[in-house]
Amino acid sequence: MALIQPAPKKDDDREDDSEYSPFYGIEKGAVLQEARVFNDPQLDARRCAQVITKLLYLINQGETFTKTEATEVFFAVTKLFQSKEVGLRRMVYLIIKEISPTSDEVIIVTSSLMKDMNSKTDLYRANAIRVLCGITDGSLLGQIERYLKQAVVDKNPVVSSAALVSGIHLLQSNPDIVKRWSNEVQEAVQSKASLVQFHALALLHQIRQNDRLAISKLVTSLTRGSVRSPLAQCLLIRYTSQVIKESATNTQTGDRPFYDYLEGCLRHKTEMVIFEAARAITELNGVTSRELTPAITVLQLFLSSSKPVLRFAAVRTLNKVVAMGHPLAVANCNIDMESLISDQNRSIATLAITTLLKTGNESSVDRLMKQITNFMSDIADEFKVVVVEAIRSLCLKFPQKYRTLMNFLSSILREEGGFDYKKAIVDSILILIKEIPEAKESGLVHLCEFIEDCEFTYLSTQILHLLGLEGPKTSDPSKYIRYIYNRVILENATVRASAVTALAKFGLTIDALRPRVLILLNRCLYDNDDEVRDRATLYLKTLGEDDSCKQFKESLFEELDVPLANLEASLQSYNASEVPFDLSLVSREIKPQQLAEKKAPSKKTGKDFGSKAANEALPLGTSAPDAYEKLLSSVPEFSSFGKLFKSSAPVELTEAETEYSVNAIKHVYLGHVIFQFNCTNTIAEQLLEKVSVVVDSGDAEEFDEVFSKHIESLPYNVPGQAFVAFRKPEGVCSAGKFCNTLKFRVNEVDPATGEKEDEGYEDEYQLEDLEVTAADYILKVGVSNFRNTWEALDPEFERVDEYGLGVRENLQEAVQAVVTILGMQPCEGTEVVASNARSHTSLLAGKFIGDIQVLVRLSFGIDAQKQVAMKLAVRAEDQSVSDAIHEIIASA
Amino acid sequence: MEVSAPLIKNILLLDSEGKRVAVKYYSDDWPNLAAKLAFEKSIFAKTQRTSARTEAEIGMFDGYIAVYKFISDLHFYVTGGEDENELILATVLQGFFDAVSLLLRSSVEKKTVLENLDLVLLCLDEIVDGGIILETDSHVIAGRVAMRGADADVPLSEQTISQALATAKEHLARSLLK
Repeated sequence: MALIQPAPKKDDDREDDSEYSPFYGIEKGAVLQEARVFNDPQLDARRCAQVITKLLYLINQGETFTKTEATEVFFAVTKLFQSKEVGLRRMVYLIIKEISPTSDEVIIVTSSLMKDMNSKTDLYRANAIRVLCGITDGSLLGQIERYLKQAVVDKNPVVSSAALVSGIHLLQSNPDIVKRWSNEVQEAVQSKASLVQFHALALLHQIRQNDRLAISKLVTSLTRGSVRSPLAQCLLIRYTSQVIKESATNTQTGDRPFYDYLEGCLRHKTEMVIFEAARAITELNGVTSRELTPAITVLQLFLSSSKPVLRFAAVRTLNKVVAMGHPLAVANCNIDMESLISDQNRSIATLAITTLLKTGNESSVDRLMKQITNFMSDIADEFKVVVVEAIRSLCLKFPQKYRTLMNFLSSILREEGGFDYKKAIVDSILILIKEIPEAKESGLVHLCEFIEDCEFTYLSTQILHLLGLEGPKTSDPSKYIRYIYNRVILENATVRASAVTALAKFGLTIDALRPRVLILLNRCLYDNDDEVRDRATLYLKTLGEDDSCKQFKESLFEELDVPLANLEASLQSYNASEVPFDLSLVSREIKPQQLAEKKAPSKKTGKDFGSKAANEALPLGTSAPDAYEKLLSSVPEFSSFGKLFKSSAPVELTEAETEYSVNAIKHVYLGHVIFQFNCTNTIAEQLLEKVSVVVDSGDAEEFDEVFSKHIESLPYNVPGQAFVAFRKPEGVCSAGKFCNTLKFRVNEVDPATGEKEDEGYEDEYQLEDLEVTAADYILKVGVSNFRNTWEALDPEFERVDEYGLGVRENLQEAVQAVVTILGMQPCEGTEVVASNARSHTSLLAGKFIGDIQVLVRLSFGIDAQKQVAMKLAVRAEDQSVSDAIHEIIASA
Repeated sequence: MEVSAPLIKNILLLDSEGKRVAVKYYSDDWPNLAAKLAFEKSIFAKTQRTSARTEAEIGMFDGYIAVYKFISDLHFYVTGGEDENELILATVLQGFFDAVSLLLRSSVEKKTVLENLDLVLLCLDEIVDGGIILETDSHVIAGRVAMRGADADVPLSEQTISQALATAKEHLARSLLK
């Protein structure tokens, strides 16, 4: 039946016009006009039904009526109750629900609907119940409750279902009324009509949902087999698993209650029920593999079903089983799932792949990846993201397979894709780079290629940041410069700015590249973006400065580079004593950080906060270098010495538990050395006065004592510091041995009052000797890339020689000895010798006094007689330093 | 976790360009027309290339499970929550699909659906009420849409002669016209 005639001219080309519609050109105003036919005294039922359809069409297309329009239509529609035409009546029911009249309007139709509720016609009764319950508010419910109760147990399923479903909706707003229907609803649960049973069970459960015992009883009685409707059976399975969940804590012993029921449902004749039961079993708390097996078996059968819905449901459930930690239970299905990788339905294929990636073992990785590669090109981005995430976790699970997986990621990175997809890939590569060191270089290269053609600013900047951090540490940092500088030329301002920062990091970390980086940065000064120019200017300024403030520069880029785990471990092993906690012992990279702290104590850039916080977290007074600097600056005589180069770790000059406890710290300046003697009086009955340390520099020819500061008074257990300063030739690593004697005046005191009891007497106490060695002039400063730094140093200043180290227990001992003598930072883990190694190479780095970079390459060999030979190659920025290193070894 | 009866979020009937033919939402997950249209657009775009003509297909869309079946220039969708039993959704879809086929006497295409939009809208009304599945048997649904039995419910003995005659005439006319 054509509802309205389309415009005549449309008739001719109707066949070609795909847009043909009986509602062509429909307009709300016109339809509202048409609705006036509802008011005709002689109702044309067919015409009225057509107009209602048009109104419904408008509503369905998203048209809205104003309040007045809706009221008008509603009042007109109520007139249509006069018609006895059933088709029209059905449409009237529908449009009343769609218009959803206000509560004062509802009153108009209430009587008509109540009349229909008592009609002999079942369909009238059913529909009237649904409409009235749909539009009414609580006040009216009391009047119709009696009819509703009756309807629940009506012999016609359509009426019963209508009342029950309305009950489910009404329970939210009027629980008290609906709860009174309990008996009727219970009766309806026994109905032979399939859907009535389903609706009755749903309502009964909702009525009782807060009564755990009642639910348990309901489940107990129904699971004995009076439920025939598949939908009701599904409900019962849900309620049963809820009961199992709640009772599991109570009945830990024996078999799980109701499990047999669930298992029985696996043999139901309806797939819907079988699946619901299988799913319920897989979701049981702490499900055992014995319990899982039958459920997995039916799901496995579903996997090879011809119906996509079944395959999807099965593979999705299996995926969850794996995710919940039962990959082994699913292993049997792996072959079936592999065939699903080529499933027409990509959702199924994706689920199959991710499940397989989670269950797969190392041997199947390559095969899987091959299958996935074919599959990736024709699935949607959101599936690709899921696959990428699964591959990431697979790679972390099997790090040995990183090559295959990294290649896969890079190949899909080159393909077309949206932001989320690309981001997932980049994130995965970043994580792999972080977690799998072997994957770093290849990962960085892939990322470099990606940013060459990356349309996403966010990803480009993220990658550039990583390049700045990791690039300089790779074997060939210079190759990344090109990729980075290309960004400066070709990209938008945000990317350019991060490229500039990345460049500067290369310049900072690798001395050899610095001049080239400076050239590139210079070009950025003419950038048309403020941020880019500002960054370039800042980095040019800092990089251009001399080496002395390198540590400061590093602090500009780096966050706290103390591995927090190291710091924590060191702090835990640190026992509170007068030996201050030495942060420099925590990790190799820590020294520059400390010095940076000292030199820029008030600089509070965001990046500094990390290290500040770390220092503040230490117990008070344990931030050694800070404390030293403060202490030394309190002595005016030291101010002319210049900048402190290095403070040694404290050296104990007394045996433990003697009367006086003294340790010494050597502070090295360019042309001076200060000995700081920390003295503690451990005798409560004594007060020491005028405590000084007399240092005999007879065995240290190059040292001239220039200043000595004594301690006026040293009460019991209050440490005091005496200082002795020496002048030495500048830039030379003068070594020497010093004999020390503690001189003081002893006064007997009353420990209770602290009053002096006598005049006291002079005394002295022999301390251990203190040595200044070459190691005191070398700072442990590691380099991130030894080879590059080595290449960058002038071969002219290389000094090579061979030494015999005599008989050693093993190579490790020999390496340890040499490293200690030189006081340099072992690089790249080369201080550790493989057990039973016959030869070994150690790489050491350090800063010689005057901030002169020095690198040492040590080659050790050991023969059958345990004679150790060592070849020492030194490169430094100054030839004299190279020589000095050799002298240290030769004289050791 | 609240245990609930299976709930249907929406039933969609779109044309081959993704335009609405008849839709019904039973959930507030899509608060306004724009959200609804966006969902329809998204689900259509993601399914239009699939072939769901012989068997109903299924997928996850924006965190919902949707089953769908296409015939001629029409796309039928039934959407449920993420944790819904897929097979229940498929049963509802099948019920809707078959009921429409029965009512339109197998000529299921956009043109006939629009011409008989009243039947299709009633169909939606008879399948799901406020998200709760009302009926899944396509014959029962079609019967209720046609209000079959509503007339006959008045026992023959209570009909007047003229009414009986009119009914007989109508039956005769219908059978002749077929």
